[in-house]
Amino acid sequence: MFGALDAVVLARAQFAFTVSFHFIFPAFSIGLASYLFVLEALWLKTDDPLYRTLYLYWLKIFAVAFGMGVVSGLVMSYQFGTNWSVFSAKAGPVIGPLMAYEVLTAFFLEAGFLGVMLFGLKKVGKGLHFFATSMVALGTLISATWIIAVNSWMQTPVGYEINAAGQFVPGPSWWAIIFNPSFPYRLVHTVIAAYLTTALVVGAVGAWHLLKDKADPAARRMFSMAMWMATLVTPVQILAGDAHGLNTLEHQPVKVLAMEGDYDPSPHGAPLVLFGLPSNAEGRVRYKVEVPKVGSLILKHDPSAPLPGLKDFPRDRWPPVRIVFWSFRIMVGLGFAMLGLGLWALLARVCRKLYDWTWLHRLAVLLGPAGFVAVIAGWVTTEVGRQPFTIYGLLRTAESHSPLGAPAVAASLLAFVGVYVFAFGAGTYYLLRMMAKRPEAAESEPKTPQRAAGITPAAAIYGDGDPA
Amino acid sequence: MSFDLTFVWAAILAFAVFAYVVMDGFDLGIGILFSTFKVGGERDAAMNAIAPVWDGNETWLVMGGGGLMAAFPLAYAIILPATYPLMIAMLLGLVFRGVAFEYRWRDPRHRAFWDAAFGLGSFVATLAQGITLGAILQGIKVKDGAYAGGWLDWLSPFTLLTGAALVVGYALLGATWLIWRTEGPGRDHARRLAWWFALGTLAMLGAVSLATPFLAFDYWRRWFAMPGLLFTGAVPVMTGIAALTLFRSLARGHDWLPFLMALAIFLLGFAGLGISLYPYIVPRALTFWQAAAPERSQAFMLVGAVVIIPAILAYTGWAYWVFRGKVASDGYH
Repeated sequence: MFGALDAVVLARAQFAFTVSFHFIFPAFSIGLASYLFVLEALWLKTDDPLYRTLYLYWLKIFAVAFGMGVVSGLVMSYQFGTNWSVFSAKAGPVIGPLMAYEVLTAFFLEAGFLGVMLFGLKKVGKGLHFFATSMVALGTLISATWIIAVNSWMQTPVGYEINAAGQFVPGPSWWAIIFNPSFPYRLVHTVIAAYLTTALVVGAVGAWHLLKDKADPAARRMFSMAMWMATLVTPVQILAGDAHGLNTLEHQPVKVLAMEGDYDPSPHGAPLVLFGLPSNAEGRVRYKVEVPKVGSLILKHDPSAPLPGLKDFPRDRWPPVRIVFWSFRIMVGLGFAMLGLGLWALLARVCRKLYDWTWLHRLAVLLGPAGFVAVIAGWVTTEVGRQPFTIYGLLRTAESHSPLGAPAVAASLLAFVGVYVFAFGAGTYYLLRMMAKRPEAAESEPKTPQRAAGITPAAAIYGDGDPA
Repeated sequence: MSFDLTFVWAAILAFAVFAYVVMDGFDLGIGILFSTFKVGGERDAAMNAIAPVWDGNETWLVMGGGGLMAAFPLAYAIILPATYPLMIAMLLGLVFRGVAFEYRWRDPRHRAFWDAAFGLGSFVATLAQGITLGAILQGIKVKDGAYAGGWLDWLSPFTLLTGAALVVGYALLGATWLIWRTEGPGRDHARRLAWWFALGTLAMLGAVSLATPFLAFDYWRRWFAMPGLLFTGAVPVMTGIAALTLFRSLARGHDWLPFLMALAIFLLGFAGLGISLYPYIVPRALTFWQAAAPERSQAFMLVGAVVIIPAILAYTGWAYWVFRGKVASDGYH
């Protein structure tokens, strides 16, 4: 049952599993670092102790999420070589340095400033501490920038040369490689997604505590802040997603056609397929529900603009349409649910009922994990939509993987699933327990540092006997 | 370019690997020895002796992996698939050990379980590293610039020997670190362990050194041909001196000298490794220069490395300074 193809499928499954698990933590910690920056800035500006309470409350949660992100990232830095060795050998000269910079900036930021941020509130002055918080927030964004540059280059490769050994090597300008055509769009869309993910978590925690006690001042403050984000940033994200989609249509039309489920070309304007079951075998979407012309309206901003179909492209360049089609709908559907939450919260605010409408709070709790699901669904859309290539149009996935047999990869995949579910499941459980505890006015600082540098600051938060 | 970038990167990588072995070696060693310490104060003190620094130590492993991919992509693409089960076992061992470290304090009711996980994770990670080293030394089957062997090619009596040698060696580093940083009955226990593991390390080192020249390649020529012998001969002589000093310092109850001598033995072993391998990164298949990324890639990265690596070193040094001195069982926690 194990053919050569199965080894590739298993390796893809393993990469998808480990990177999805990994992506959850940074998606949260990027947003949370910026939220902490805002909280401390407001605290310094207004001297309102409520901001300090919230800062310390979320700081402890940040440390745990950050730690799990780095531990799961350790696995990623080796997995390119273990499972995708041909890809690494061919693309290493271009993407290796970008990933090395990601590693170096991540560690530098953490070595330099995370320790001060976590444990230094009483040891250094307020101004210096705020500087450390700012640097950590900036550092998470710089890390994201490098890694998105790598990913975008794999989607829209430019600025490379091919040497005699068939390797992709950098051309004269690193600028061209880093600022490749899809990079700015993907970076903006991803960073806003991280912000919204965090806002939904903060909003859900606030709503959870409001449902127990409407008068809880910390819960009110965090809920209000999160709902401002949902109200104001969700529309921006929808616009950013639209711009990203237009960019993808220009550079990777097949991906967009798979997302839309457009098998046949539409010379007089493409419909918008709302739902259906795409079938590559039949070359059509079964049971589809569609709105005429709206597809072209969204993608070309003109209802009658012609659009090609998947059938205009060779069959061996089609991605797995069904996955891309559905993951895209999950992402968009959740995006509109977030928009709904934001608008409802705005209405509640206008009516001065933001802290009273319990159904709004219940919806906010329900949508707490929505950001994570949307981020993963979006990631699946763009990565599966890149198939069947690792470097789009240039290097096929089937030609990128390591010379490994299926049994080896199957065994490692099982081991990863087991260990991750166990280890990170426990960590997530501890995170949820911390969030279920309501913020106290006398919120403590993280316990005395057990360590001044390192990749998992979590233990510092869980001092012996700490009930947190 | 007036200097050889590839050589610079080979040196940086060698430094990162040695920094990793020096720093993570002793805390993995404490993990390996962990189950021999008494539940309660002894174990807590052993844990506290590495608590502030252990995961900073592991950052060098990420640096090694990232640096290898960026500076020597062909070597990265050959060695990792060739040692696939070992790499996976090492990563999972480290993940498990890392979380066990956290959760043991968090969840006292299941502490016995997390302690066992901590020891087992440390042992598995170390064994995998040692076997990997042996696998590289014994040679990797390469065809057309890619790995051409099976998924268990790494398994041989020689690699099992290097795996066992690293476990024993890390245990020696761990025991001597505890002699330095703890006191009381736990320290006495560490001293007794250090004797046995020092003998074990030397025996293992001797066995590996004797076996290596007779592997498939002409390692013996590098070690035993004149005039190189005048230089290579110094390695075992200096190792002997370090070993004698180690035993004397153990006998006299010295605090920090045993650890430094254990490190010296590791450094000499590392030098011996360099003599055997250089200029190959994959023996007899790929030199550093053949595996190297183009100059543009190496130069671009070097800018970041020369700024950031010293900063990380300075910070690490400071962290060790802050947490110097003997620890107690309730130290940092």
